[in-house]
Amino acid sequence: MTTVRARHRELGLTDDEFDLIVEKLGREPNQVELAVFSLMWSEHCGYKHSRRLLKTLPVEGSRLVLGPGENAGAVSVGDGLACAFKVESHNHPSAVEPFQGAATGVGGILRDVFAIGARPIAILDSLRFGEPAGSARSRYLLEHAVAGIGHYGNSIGVATVGGEIYFEAPYEQNCLVNAMCVGLIEIDKLIRSAAAGVGNVVVLFGARTGRDGIGGASVLASAELGDEDAAKRPTVQIGDPFEESRLLECSLELLDRELLVALQDLGAAGLTSSASEMAAKGGVGIDLDVRRVPLREADMEPFEIMISESQERMLCVVEPERVDDVLAVCGRWEVNATAIGEVTGSGQLRVFDGHELVGDLPVTALVDECPVYELEPLEPSRPLYPAPPPVLDAGLDAGGTLLGLLGSANLASRRWAFEQYDCVVGSRTVRRPEQADAAVLMLDAGGAVAVSIDGNGRRVAVDPYRGAVEAVLECSANLACVGAEPLGLTNCLNFGNPEKPHIAWQLIRAVAGLGDACRALGVPVVGGNVSLYNEGGEGPIYPTPVVGMVGELPDPTRSGQLGFAQAGDAVALLRASWGPSEAGSELAKLRGEPLEGALPSADLGEIKALHAAVRQGVRSGALRSAHDVAEGGLAVALAECCIAGGIGARVALGDAPLFAEGPGAFVVSGPREALARFGAAAVELGEVGGDVLSIDGELELAVAELARTHRAGLAGLL
Amino acid sequence: MRFGVVQFPGSCDERDALAAARRVGDAELLWHGDADLRGADAVIIPGGFSYGDYLRVGAIARFSPVMGAVDRFASEGGLVLGICNGFQVLCEAGLLPGALLPNTSLRFTCRQVEVEVVNTSIPWTRGCEVGQRLSIPAKHTTGRYWSPGDLGDQVVLRYAPGHNFNGSMNDIAGVCNEAGNVLGLMPHPEHAVDILTGSVDGLALIGAPA
Repeated sequence: MTTVRARHRELGLTDDEFDLIVEKLGREPNQVELAVFSLMWSEHCGYKHSRRLLKTLPVEGSRLVLGPGENAGAVSVGDGLACAFKVESHNHPSAVEPFQGAATGVGGILRDVFAIGARPIAILDSLRFGEPAGSARSRYLLEHAVAGIGHYGNSIGVATVGGEIYFEAPYEQNCLVNAMCVGLIEIDKLIRSAAAGVGNVVVLFGARTGRDGIGGASVLASAELGDEDAAKRPTVQIGDPFEESRLLECSLELLDRELLVALQDLGAAGLTSSASEMAAKGGVGIDLDVRRVPLREADMEPFEIMISESQERMLCVVEPERVDDVLAVCGRWEVNATAIGEVTGSGQLRVFDGHELVGDLPVTALVDECPVYELEPLEPSRPLYPAPPPVLDAGLDAGGTLLGLLGSANLASRRWAFEQYDCVVGSRTVRRPEQADAAVLMLDAGGAVAVSIDGNGRRVAVDPYRGAVEAVLECSANLACVGAEPLGLTNCLNFGNPEKPHIAWQLIRAVAGLGDACRALGVPVVGGNVSLYNEGGEGPIYPTPVVGMVGELPDPTRSGQLGFAQAGDAVALLRASWGPSEAGSELAKLRGEPLEGALPSADLGEIKALHAAVRQGVRSGALRSAHDVAEGGLAVALAECCIAGGIGARVALGDAPLFAEGPGAFVVSGPREALARFGAAAVELGEVGGDVLSIDGELELAVAELARTHRAGLAGLL
Repeated sequence: MRFGVVQFPGSCDERDALAAARRVGDAELLWHGDADLRGADAVIIPGGFSYGDYLRVGAIARFSPVMGAVDRFASEGGLVLGICNGFQVLCEAGLLPGALLPNTSLRFTCRQVEVEVVNTSIPWTRGCEVGQRLSIPAKHTTGRYWSPGDLGDQVVLRYAPGHNFNGSMNDIAGVCNEAGNVLGLMPHPEHAVDILTGSVDGLALIGAPA
């Protein structure tokens, strides 16, 4: 078996890991078995560098319905209904082939949500690219990733309601594409993925299996990117939203008719991980016959069938007497369905090629005994990342600086992107992009859910702990602005190579920040995803924890909006524990300052109370607009309120800084007497009205000019 | 008034159309594989990507069994409303004149648009006034209307100035057949039936026959 021994390194396994496999099996693995182990023990499937850290995140919450470990998490939103959600990365495929990489990222996260029985109602996405101004590659990745997301989400008829895009040089080679899906399900109809019932039939349904995506989880997702990435194109999957549309309706009908024992989607590592995870969760074994799998190409090897990442496939467990009914429902939806195996009591994943046994693997070894590594962190003594090139003259006056910020790639309007997404399908979208800080989706029985996705890698690069805390606070603040209370959180940890001590340090500090912020806000982490090894020859990406949050609001007619609403309304700054600084700010970036200095500390208890006050103000109608002060600071927040409302404002800021950043502040507007109720947390800044934004009498800019600059900033780069 | 809403594989907006129709009457889904309109008084062909838009938008759906029934229903004067992909299907089926071509931007675009009602003599617009503006979302990649000639009164809806983002000929947003019982339009009136989601102007069209 020397050929097998030589292959394990190509498949991403270390010598020690190979020896451990030999020990677990009591013999050397054959080709099929080695392929299966290499995927199940990859970082992407096995979380071998992050598993211990993830266990430190809080998972308890009064509204929790489904926590980490299932295909998606879920929280209760009342009336027996749960909101299911999860965020997942598709970074490496998108860096190699952005359209299909992003499209299949959406397809994969949709399947995660309908695999637990929920109907997807919304998609959000979080994207990172290099600087578009100087890089044709970054513009290409952006254009094609956005087109891919739109292609899949629009075609399947799920609204894309929000997201974020940032441009920073460290993402030049290694872009990030994180997709989040939100779905709804009646709690008593939730289905698990645990296989059960010896003798029950395992049915594969959906698309045929081909050679696309062979080894995606190990080769692409668990190693650094290099120069030969074009040669990795065959490891990128090709998506077909039409197939998924039928697969979705078919799956929901199968569940509605209670025909299934268990359901699981096929994602990374295909049949291998789906079958072994279903078996592991149920404490059973599964026998599969790869000869029965419908193929796109006739001559596929058993190992290829087992690890193919062909999209739009699901695996289910069915009682034998219901198999015919399952096949009939699939037939009606023109979805291929084939019985390919059965549940056994052996505790083994056994792979047959017809009658020949070609793989015999202990399920616990595959799923639960993946080696887990200790991180070896080392705090860097100086910034890991070079200072960005200066593009904004530090001598500009306040008005010029504000326009520079508003038109910059990171702060300019995202209209160019979000207009390529269907945000209205499903008839639930009460707040669309640029109407409010979070999207609002109404529920049939009354009430609504709000969703937001956030993360600022540059600030995490400056201070991983505080940067990660800020990501959670930002999400919660966005929910507060529409009147929503956070119920649960999902996260995607996008980092460099964790085997490198400085990256390990970033990861540990950021997860500590996420955990502390979630505990302080009382928000459980219901699941997520880890994407490591995001680096190439140019170095690592910024450490980028992306946080998605779901909240609820009782009355969608009282959903908050960000734009100033009415002339004569008072404008106020609501703040708590707010001590903004220019360290790590957008202004510092545009001026080319190094990534150093201290991010402001935040009193999490005070900020939680502030979010509650804003939420209450929005719900009661006291606040006619609410907007969180974030990138670009107070001046940018004021300008955004003017642009969104199409109306000006005259304000005096006193000693509040124009462009400094830090958590714990909102720009709100409403009747003067209503704002007075916020007491010392509120500082009146001025009044809504006119068609000019005037700050301290020294900055006077027409709203039309602000809007033009904001609108043209991103579109003009493309 | 009883609406039937056709569901093809790949339809996206059929549940939204169903819910919109139920605001003004009874409604049920019609399966593409059944050549049976189940006694509907009016048929809605909804938006989406029937058959994945493969081959050409609407080109495969027109061969569905249900479309044979729709064709007979329309020729007998039955009311048919095609929205977005439904408009494309009706053009492919020859029930409406013209064709829908890719937007001049070649991109999918989703935007709230204003359309002007220019013909109020057909059942679908009888509740409107000539020149009335309706705020309705439009969302498509292939919505640039091309007309084979001067359609005269068959032009029912035009994009208001500044709202023709797809490059449609003569700003045409919706057309009817010669008899006026079949209407197709690119914007989505079923997504403009609740002020919470932005507008109720779509009810002026969907609710007109009811």
